[in-house]
Order: sequence, then structure tokens, then C-alpha cells
Amino acid sequence: METLTYRDALNQALREEMDRDDRVFLMGEEVGVYQGAYKVSKGLLEAFGAQRVVDTPIAELGFAGIGVGAAMTGLRPVVEFMTWNFALLAIDQVVNSAAKMLSMSGGQITVPIVFRGPGGAALQLAAQHSQAFESWYAHIPGLKVVAPGTPADAKGLLKAAIRDNNPVIVLEGEMLYNRKGEVPDGEHLVPIGAADRKREGTDVTIVCHSKTVAPALKAAEQLAGDGISADVIDLRTLRPLDTGTLVESVVRTNRCVVVEEGWPRYGIGAQVVDDIQREAFDHLDAPILRVTGADVPMPYNKQLERSAKPNPARIVEAVRQVTYTA
Amino acid sequence: MATKVVMEALSPTMEEGRLIKWLKDEGDSVATGDVLAEVETDKAVMELVARGEGVLRRKVVPAGDTVEVGSLVGVIGDPDEDISALVGDGDRGEGGTAAATTPVAAAAPAAAPTPATSEAPAPAGDGQRVKVSPLARRIAREEGIDLRAVHGSGPGGRIIKRDLAVAAVGASRPAPATTAPYEDVPLTQIRKTIARRLVESIGPIPHFFLTADVDMEQAAAARTQLNALEDGPRISFNDIVLKVVAEALVRHRDCNAWWQDDCIRYFADADLSVAVAVDDGLITPVIRGANRKSLRDIAVEVRDLAERARAKRLTPDEYTGGTFSVSNLGMFGIEQFTGVINPPEAGLLAVGAVTERPVAVDGTVQIRKRMRITMSCDHRVIDGATGARFLQTVRRMLENPLAIVW
Amino acid sequence: MTQPTTAAALEHSQRDFYRTCLREMLRIRRFEERAAEAYALGQVGGFCHLYIGQEAVAVGAILPLRHDDYVVCSYRDHGHALTRGIPARAVMAELFGKATGCSGGKGGSMHLFDRERHFMGGHGIVGGQIPLAAGMGFSIKYRGGDQVVLCFFGDAAANIGAFHEVLNMALLWQLPVVFICENNRYGMGTALTRSSTTQQIASRACAYDMTAAEVDGMDVLTVHAAVTAAIARARADSRPTLLDVQTYRYVGHSMSDPVAGVYRTAEEVEEQKVRDPIATLRGRLEEENLLTSDDLQAMDREVRAEVEDAVAFAESSDDPEPDALYRDVYAD
Repeated sequence: METLTYRDALNQALREEMDRDDRVFLMGEEVGVYQGAYKVSKGLLEAFGAQRVVDTPIAELGFAGIGVGAAMTGLRPVVEFMTWNFALLAIDQVVNSAAKMLSMSGGQITVPIVFRGPGGAALQLAAQHSQAFESWYAHIPGLKVVAPGTPADAKGLLKAAIRDNNPVIVLEGEMLYNRKGEVPDGEHLVPIGAADRKREGTDVTIVCHSKTVAPALKAAEQLAGDGISADVIDLRTLRPLDTGTLVESVVRTNRCVVVEEGWPRYGIGAQVVDDIQREAFDHLDAPILRVTGADVPMPYNKQLERSAKPNPARIVEAVRQVTYTA
Repeated sequence: MATKVVMEALSPTMEEGRLIKWLKDEGDSVATGDVLAEVETDKAVMELVARGEGVLRRKVVPAGDTVEVGSLVGVIGDPDEDISALVGDGDRGEGGTAAATTPVAAAAPAAAPTPATSEAPAPAGDGQRVKVSPLARRIAREEGIDLRAVHGSGPGGRIIKRDLAVAAVGASRPAPATTAPYEDVPLTQIRKTIARRLVESIGPIPHFFLTADVDMEQAAAARTQLNALEDGPRISFNDIVLKVVAEALVRHRDCNAWWQDDCIRYFADADLSVAVAVDDGLITPVIRGANRKSLRDIAVEVRDLAERARAKRLTPDEYTGGTFSVSNLGMFGIEQFTGVINPPEAGLLAVGAVTERPVAVDGTVQIRKRMRITMSCDHRVIDGATGARFLQTVRRMLENPLAIVW
Repeated sequence: MTQPTTAAALEHSQRDFYRTCLREMLRIRRFEERAAEAYALGQVGGFCHLYIGQEAVAVGAILPLRHDDYVVCSYRDHGHALTRGIPARAVMAELFGKATGCSGGKGGSMHLFDRERHFMGGHGIVGGQIPLAAGMGFSIKYRGGDQVVLCFFGDAAANIGAFHEVLNMALLWQLPVVFICENNRYGMGTALTRSSTTQQIASRACAYDMTAAEVDGMDVLTVHAAVTAAIARARADSRPTLLDVQTYRYVGHSMSDPVAGVYRTAEEVEEQKVRDPIATLRGRLEEENLLTSDDLQAMDREVRAEVEDAVAFAESSDDPEPDALYRDVYAD
């Protein structure tokens, strides 16, 4: 085991995969000379050269499509979006080209590409730089979507994504890059499509992913002090969703709270709720509650922003409601 | 400012009280000192008075329910005051009379409920609907718990899992002084429910009993003939008794009724509660409209219900809502017994074994097949002569089976 | 492009080449006419964008390619697919949505694919294929190959963001792509004169310092020469070219669009028919005695027979199985 930051875990993943397979290359704004806008690609240009670590102009649609074209013809690109907010400019290529290519071509053309970058809110970056895009991509058949919340999961999932023969969306987080955690030594792969039980419990299931994993665990700690034992499930992959693990947990605990950073309407939690209510209906002792970001464009002011994000207190409150201990 | 109405200790030793009936409705004006309800304590029936004024906004506990002293029973407040904080949320609670939520036999949909649609069908005209979490509903179904008798502590009176855990009743009896080895077996839900309900029954209901000794020669012959027919299920004596009782009930509607505190409900069809012994007690699946069913249908249905009852796979609306009960201990050799009525029903027929006995017939002694039946009657609903006339019809049909179709 | 000399001076292979050009154009023409009929009969559904009038461009551009080069184009792709070698049967079956279609019935008219022949689609979003083509060029260069990519798009696509982003990157990274703008003067119902400040699309290349040329797209031999040169530049120097190939479609934007009357006059269409690339080449060959009218009739008969065979094949082929719905959404 090694203690690494989330950022360094990603860096290791890129390095290892680029070493292992010379069809893998990284492309994006500031990934090379600048060492990465968030330093995720630090040292890679020096290690692998300019052909494999490609600095692009500010032209998201263009270079995303170039990545897709390269993936259609034998390469395995990793396309970095400086943040997922800017990827809206490229979404035509992600959705209409990458996601649909295999189907449209009747199974002839695969697109083994990874699109990655930080998403969601950071600190006071305001409306245009704070959006969580999980739902936008998890909605699309043809894509796989992962959102690691710990350094170990970040390394394992990015490696798995690069080796996957489908277009994979990797949603990271600026607020996660500095987080430290234990990462297993050696070849560490996390399967795409498998959730992870981050804490065992019996009284309530708390579902979370990405930046909400830490607050969920904090809430679970607090609840344990009050005699409520929480089963914390980190989704890790948003598409395909590991409903098996979720249902197994709710069958045992009979109640569920779903936490996410994104906006509430039509969000990831809405799908989780749908899957659980359909498959574990007879085991629910209370409605499933969601804790989400506030349904507003993110404001700049610090307190307002804080109040717009999920936090342990709100998670605890929701758990109290579903356990009737409010 | 809203006033809580709570179950008060109306006697020095009272620990819980049964709200027999409300004397005010939701929406009625109430002044301090007005009698709100009649409560049965451990000693007597007492009055629960209002200790605030305003309008009776919510009847939290329905009539018939038993709650601990100190529990919230109702809320008095201003007409448009927000009382959600007091009652848990803004939803409607379970107002109305508890007994009335049982669906009328003819109107109740007979569809077997699936987990996704396991709501008890709300009777027409009665807007109340039992709120139960899916989990609690499933547990209740599996354990044979009657949800009508459970008080929901969740929002809007929702019954949740913890409500099904019935608190230990009262003080435990001192163990008899003995040096013999013994075993304490904890009460199962079904045992608790039987205990509670029958105690509720034998107390308030003024039982009286009528016995008849029936000649079963013709019935036995008819049974033999029917069972010789190639197609069809085997008919038992009890099947014949059930059919006869159903037919007799529609001819004597005054015995096919429920005591409803402020009225008696007479039913058009006979929904027979058939007592079935299960592992740790007794349950009464209902044969709806037994008067309209053929003997063979009754035989098949009884067998199916009994099997499922023993396997604990009956749904609440399969064992609630009967209009009259039949209990048969003949298979144990019991010649005669008196049964306890299942409220709100008004009558029950206890059936003994068919035995061969010497009987005087036209001045000679003959050995004939005979069966003793004992009817328990709720004297508030059925008088002696009423019950006797019913039993007379039952005897006539059993002694001359063709009279069923007369 | 030198003028053809007398028949005696021409080499045999030269004559074969001309006949091939003519035959390929005629094949596209007959195929498209028949596809239009099938569409009108309800056998072809959705959108159907015909190539009638523009045949010289696909034929002139694709014939010089090697087997391992790549072709990627827009939704107006039937002609390119046929010239690249996808059998007429497979293309017609795809239009009919059958399992035997070149995209398994999953793509339709706008999404013809053939991986073996390096025909990379058939794309529906205007300009969507431009970055893809550059990506293929990137891939070739990355692996040290000398293949080239032909990227076809229309005049209106020269206004879309991707065009500009990609032209810049193609030259920045020196990608072996020939960008062929099939300038038929209209973006659906809007004339280029109404949508663009500059009518010379080739001139846009100078913003990116890219080599460009204007080409008469109604003459297959002219197109052939221009594209051959561009291919050479890509293959040898890995440098991209932008070709503004001026052509004209004699039909509406798609089957749902009228030939004339709304945004162009019938007279204009008739005038342009005078320059019909098939008639032009045929006239030339007849003039040079490289083709007799019997030859032409025989050629036409063969081509029509091939097209009819394709239709019969499509009609008698099966639809995809119902469970094909969920296949090929994810790769293993």
C-alpha cells in the first residue's frame, strides 16, 4: 500500500497505461508543457514525448473529434477536458460520434477512447465553472461513466477505462485532487460497473459517489454515535449502475438515503431511487430520500455556495427521517 | 394554540385504555369539559373530556383502538391552524371507526393481492385507507398480523415495522410454584393477537349458547353419494355444514350481522369465517359468498385456504371481514363445545363429531349417526328465539339435504 | 490537366481509365435514380440525400486512393460508398434497412460503413466528420504510416466551428488529410451567397496557412488530377490540403426537398444540366472515338442490371432480428 493523492494516483494510472500500451496517448489543453492545468499529467511529456502527450489549442469540439477519429483507427486516446464545463462544446463528438459509432456502423467500428477531467463545484468558481454533468453522460447508451471518490478508485478506474474498448467518461473533481488515500501496490484495477461498500451497517443504506463519499462517511460516523448503523455504498460507476449491490443493502437495512452533488431534477439519484423502489419495494420501511445540490446556478458568495452543497448534517437529517428518529 | 387530547389515566391503576367510541366528530366545536369519547379502562367505561376549546381537528386514535396512557388521542385547535407539528405531518390520520374499514363481502374485489398492489381495498364510500410501509405490510402478511388492529406511528399514521412489535402486555403472572421442569415460550404475534382479540370479545359481548342434536343419516348418505361421483373433490361433513350454514344465514339475515356500536349491520351474503388450526394457534380464513357457491367449490376453497393458512400465506383480506363463524372440532372427537364469538360478528356455530348413538325414534331405540352443534350468540344482536329459529333451519337442512335447494 | 490527344496516341490503360470513370459515374447515377424510386415506394425510409449531379467528385477523388487509405464523408454518401467498392447490394440493402446492409440495417442511408474498405461513414451532423478525419490522419502519423484520409463535406459546413478548429489543428500537427469541400452552392435551402461572407471557400485556408485550390467539380478528370496531387502531398509530406470542388446537385437537398421552386429556379437547374459530368465525359470520349454509342448502351445496361440486382437483393433480404436492437451498443 502507498498513500497517494488522488491527483498522483491518476498520474500513475496514465503513466502505467502509456508504458504498457503505446497506442495510448494523452491530448488536451495544457497537458504537456504546462504539466497539466491541475498537474494530473505532471512529468508525462518528459517521459513520453510530444507525440504522445499532445497540447491542443482551445478547440474542444475539434480535438475531441480528433480523438474519436484516432480511436476509430486503432489508437487509444485519453482526451482531457480542463473541466467538464467546457466539454459542452465537444458534446456533439462525445455523443453523436463516440457513443453511437459502434451501433450505427452495425458493430464494425469501436471507439476505445477515454474522456476525463474534473467536474462539479470547487470553491467559489461561480455558475459556469461549477456544474456536475453526471446525468448528461450517464443518460447515453454507448457510453460508460465512472466517478471515483478516492485515490485508489481513481487509479483503478482510470486504468480500467483506458483498457475498455468503449468510450468511457471519467468524472474527477478539483476538490478531490488533493485528497490522500491508500492505494494498493502493483497492478491495481477497479472493475467498471461495481459499486463499493465503504462502510458496513445495518440500519440505513447511504448511496454516494465522488465528492459525496467523504461527507457520507462523516455522517455515518456521527450516526454511529447515536446508535444508527449506516451501510455506505460508493457507486463508483454511474453507467452501468451496480443495482445488485444497492438492492442487497436495502433488503437488509430497509431504508435508503441517496447523496449527490448534482442538481436534484432528473439527477443520478433519481435513477438510483427508481431501481431500488422497483426491485426492493417490499423491503422499504420508508420512502427513499435524496440529498442533492440546490436547484440553482451556483452562486459565487462563499456561504451561499456552501449552503448549496450536500454536507454531513443534511445527510444525518435525511437518515433520521427515514429511520423515524427525527 | 392547539390542545393535545391524550389518553388519561382514568383510574389509579390504568396503564392503557381502549377508545370505545368518539362522541364528537372532526370539525365539531368543543368547549372545555365537553365529553369527547368513551374509554374503557381496566375497570370501567369512563368519559374522556376536553381540556381545551376550539374545533376537534383530528381524531388520531380510531374507535376500538387501545393505546397507552399518555398517548396522543386527538387534537383540538382553531379551524385553520397548522397542527402538522403535533400529528407528525399534514396527511390525514386514520380517523373514522376501526371496525368499519372491513370491506363488505359483496363489494370487495376478490383479486389476490400481489406485493405491488397490496393495499387493502378501501370500502366504497369510506375514504380511509390504511397507510403501511411496504416492509410492514409484508411482515404483517407473513406473520398473520391484522393491520386494522395496529396503530401506525409513522407520518400520517403510517404503520411501520416497529409498530408491529406488540409491547408485552401488562404485568407478567407470577410463575406457579413448582419443582417440575418447565419451558417459557415467548408469545408469537399470532398468539398475542388471538389473546388480545378474544379477551376483547368475551368481555364486552353478552354470549348465550344454543345446542341442537342433529340426525346425520341423510347427510351421511348424501355425502357418500357425492363422493362416489367420479369427477369432483371429496366432500367432508364440514363442507356440508358450511353450505347449510350459509344457506340458513341468508334465510335468517338477523343472524348474519355485525354489532357496530351504534347500529347493527345485516349482510346480504354469508361470508363464512372458517376456523383453521395452524402451528401455534388459530386463524379464520373467509369463504366469501358461501351461499352462492356450490358444495364442490366450497370444498376446494376450504382446502386451499386451510393449506395456505397453515403455510402462513394468507393475505389480510383473506382472513378478515367474515359475517359468521364456523368452528369444527369433530376431528378431535369433541362431541360438543361452546365457541367464543369473533367480533364484530354476532354468531358462531361450534360443530362436534358425527358419532353413532342410540336415539329414540317413534318409540324404539335406534343407533343413528348424530352430531351436536352449538351456536354462540351475541345477545345484543340475536335474541333466543332468533337464534333458535336459525338453528332449526340448520337442523332441517342437515337432516334433509334436499331442503337446501327448497 | 493536359487535353487528351488522338486515340492512336493514347495508351490502352488511359482509355480504360476514362471508361472506368464514366462507368462509375453512371453507376452512381442509376443507383441514385433507383433509390429515389424505392424511397417514393416507401422501401427506403428516413432521410435520403441523393448525389445526382455531383458524381464526378466522388469518382475523381476516390479512384486515385490506395486500398489502405481512408474515406470519411457526410450523409450524402451513397456515391462515395459505391466508388470505394462497397457492393451495390450492400448499399441498397442498408437503405432498405436490412440485416445484409453494410451497417447491418442499424445505420441507414446516412451511416454507410465498411471497415475493411476503410470507409468510415456516413455522418449526420454537419461538419461532424471533419474532426474524425483529422483524427484518422493523426492516427496514421502516430503510427508512422503513409496512408491518407479523404474528408468530404459541403460548402455550408465550411461555416461550422469544427471546420475552423480542425483546419487549424490539421496544419498545426501536419496531418495527411485532403479536405474536399463539395461546393454545390447550397446548404440545404440557403445559397452560399446568403450564408457566407466569402464565396471562395478555398480562401479560408489561408487563415490557417493551408494549401488550397478551386477545382471544377463537373469534370471528373479535373477532379482526379487535383485530388491526386493533394494525395501525393499528404502521403509524401504529411501536409493537408483544402479543395473547393465546385459542383452542383440536380436534385433537392434530400428526398423531402423540392428540386426547384423554393430557393432556386428551375431554369438554373436546367442550365447546370448542360454541364452534367456524365454527359460531358461521354461527349469527350465519343469525340475522341474512345467510346461508341453501342459501348455506352452496353455500359448503361450493365449498370442498370447491377442496380436492379441490388434492389432485388435488398427486397428479398431479411430485416435484422428483434434482439439486434440491443446488440453492438457496447464492445466487449
